[in-house]
Amino acid sequence: MLKDQDRIFTNIYGMHERSLAGARALGHWDGTGDIIKKGREWIIEQMKASGLRGRGGAGFPTGLKWSFMPKESDGRPSYLVVNADESEPGTCKDREIMRHDPHTLIEGCLIASFAMNANACYIYLRGEYIREREELQNAIDEAYSAGLLGKNAAGSGWDFDLYLHHGAGAYICGEETALLESLEGKKGMPRMKPPFPAGAGLYGCPTTVNNVESIAVVPTILRRGPEWFAGFGRPNNAGTKLFAISGHVNNPCVVEEEMSISFEELIEKHCGGIRGGWDNLLAVIPGGSSVPCVRGEDMRDAIMDFDYLRGELGSGLGTAAVIVMDKSTDIIKAIWRLSKFYKHESCGQCTPCREGTGWMMRVMDRLVKGEASVEEIDMLWDVTKQVEGHTICALGDAAAWPIQGLIKNFRPEIEDRIRGKHAVAAE
Amino acid sequence: MLRRLHHEQPESFAFTEANQAWAEAQLTKYPEGRQASAVIPLLWRAQEQEGWVSKPAIEHIADMLDMAYIRVLEVTSFYFMFQMKPVGSVAHIQVCGTLSCMICGAEDLIKVCQDKIASKAHALSADGKFSWEEVECLGSCSNAPMVQIGKDYYEDLTTETFAAILDDLAAGKVPTPGPQNGRYAAEPLSGLTSLKDHEAGKHKLNASAQLADDIGDTIKRIDGTEVPLLTPWQGGAASSAKVPAETPRPKSAVQQAEAKADDLTKIKGVGPKAAEAIAEAGITSFAQIAGWSDEDVAWADENIKGAKGKASRDDWRAQAKALSEG
Repeated sequence: MLKDQDRIFTNIYGMHERSLAGARALGHWDGTGDIIKKGREWIIEQMKASGLRGRGGAGFPTGLKWSFMPKESDGRPSYLVVNADESEPGTCKDREIMRHDPHTLIEGCLIASFAMNANACYIYLRGEYIREREELQNAIDEAYSAGLLGKNAAGSGWDFDLYLHHGAGAYICGEETALLESLEGKKGMPRMKPPFPAGAGLYGCPTTVNNVESIAVVPTILRRGPEWFAGFGRPNNAGTKLFAISGHVNNPCVVEEEMSISFEELIEKHCGGIRGGWDNLLAVIPGGSSVPCVRGEDMRDAIMDFDYLRGELGSGLGTAAVIVMDKSTDIIKAIWRLSKFYKHESCGQCTPCREGTGWMMRVMDRLVKGEASVEEIDMLWDVTKQVEGHTICALGDAAAWPIQGLIKNFRPEIEDRIRGKHAVAAE
Repeated sequence: MLRRLHHEQPESFAFTEANQAWAEAQLTKYPEGRQASAVIPLLWRAQEQEGWVSKPAIEHIADMLDMAYIRVLEVTSFYFMFQMKPVGSVAHIQVCGTLSCMICGAEDLIKVCQDKIASKAHALSADGKFSWEEVECLGSCSNAPMVQIGKDYYEDLTTETFAAILDDLAAGKVPTPGPQNGRYAAEPLSGLTSLKDHEAGKHKLNASAQLADDIGDTIKRIDGTEVPLLTPWQGGAASSAKVPAETPRPKSAVQQAEAKADDLTKIKGVGPKAAEAIAEAGITSFAQIAGWSDEDVAWADENIKGAKGKASRDDWRAQAKALSEG
């Protein structure tokens, strides 16, 4: 198990003093100016060496993403935008950072912005997190009055302004280009790529969008060295990670752990085991609603990292939002609920997604009731394949994958329900 | 989902003075000519003030931001947090119904809403005080099931605790938000498995619930005086956040130091920690605070740990005056 001294988020439960002084006592804002004085190249090289992969779901290497930003300005300013529109079902980790450990994020914003030649950074926070917004704004105000933000931020010689912006409850705004549209005051509809945000993003200027956790771990990585961070987890899956466990475990929680921890260890150490014991485990969604579900028996020995979950189980680590379902769960209904979610959250721009999510939900509805024929399962599979990969953004894919995971892993259950219904009808 | 303007609209809309100042401060976050960026925050504030977003509010904000009316209407109808018709006068209950909450009992919470408020979502209760809806994931999944009421999250609910919260609200009380099963934040219920060192000295409540408790505006219609928006990025002297943290304490703050000690936590906005910090500065009675000068209030705003800005926001001076007069 990860030792407390190796945790990056040392106040994730908010039990330590939550002010700037408290954050400083825990080691944040230590030598920030000196880190920045080592220069842009050094920071990006260190980030690449640490092996940090983005914590927002896709797992793209953070250092590499930063290196796409223009080295010299062509007259346009550069921006860092932090994606705090946390709304993937199951995911509740960034909220804990922003309300209880906000200075990790604020310091990270300064360093990352400097590394990308940005003098301004926007944090796009989901609208529902109202107290989190107040708490984070308090922390930002405190950092300004201590000279850590603003002109010559933290004595680094870099002028830096940090603004908190919020949305109004649209899941789609977690998609980076939809987020930029929303930040510009429009409907959150994703943009075609290219151009990528690093070329033309916010207000048409070079922009990088990073997840809260990706940015918040930066200062600690640079202080302790990339080797330290890379020392956790298997190769290509480096670091520590916040896991958010919800559903049918005895003690759901948010906890920072080493990458590549086994599922069993994670659940036993922190969550008090599966409700009703391991034999009662039905299914797990290991990375937030967009990744396919996995049968319980395959999960016990699973290694919680990007490569294992994708390679061995055909699922994904996503945001490391682990949703556990025991045998009391109606798994078909559970996936139907996700279909309802995607139907509600589709922005309506691309036809396959706008129409497909509603269509998939209605067929799922029939499967839940068992009022379908077995052939409809294959038809549903076909439709998911027609949605997947045929839309501007990944919401279409995200809507298709849970259903594919259900059909792949729980086909016998779906068929049983349909046959059971028919048997009752025949009597 | 089809969302339209409500068939009955008010005559006009205007921000309160403090909300107007707040809205203008929002605009300073964005570059010249990009003021449209503030449309969501402004619409949101209009809703916080009125309970919902009306046509005059949309037009008012469009005029403020130099946007076409249709663009602002488009934004309003796109984002589901904007209520386009009136909601309960006391509170609008938003029950999270997505997967983690559903498998932990959200459907039972919805039944409670149907029993106590109205059978259909978005309908007003018979007395007009409440309305409810099922919303998609609110991002508090480890504390499922949960609901949002006003500004706050009520987490780790059961049908009993949820029903009790609704009863309290109907009786004019505002229950303390946060986990309702004895948890502090998102740690394991049975006890900490990590970071045990800090447990002893923790605040009474987690950060979100503590703010709710301190400010006391959970279901209040927001008029802008609750949480002012400082704009430290503008540099200038207008921003009180620029006062150095180590400002020497004005002498008048400790006058009448011989006065008897009062329980300062009776003042709204003063928690146990803040009371300690105030006492350390030699201030122990209501009478002392009641006699503060503006300078003293500004000093307290800056220097009382854990109560930044609250001395003026909650008007400690007036509160202390009332308390000292018994």
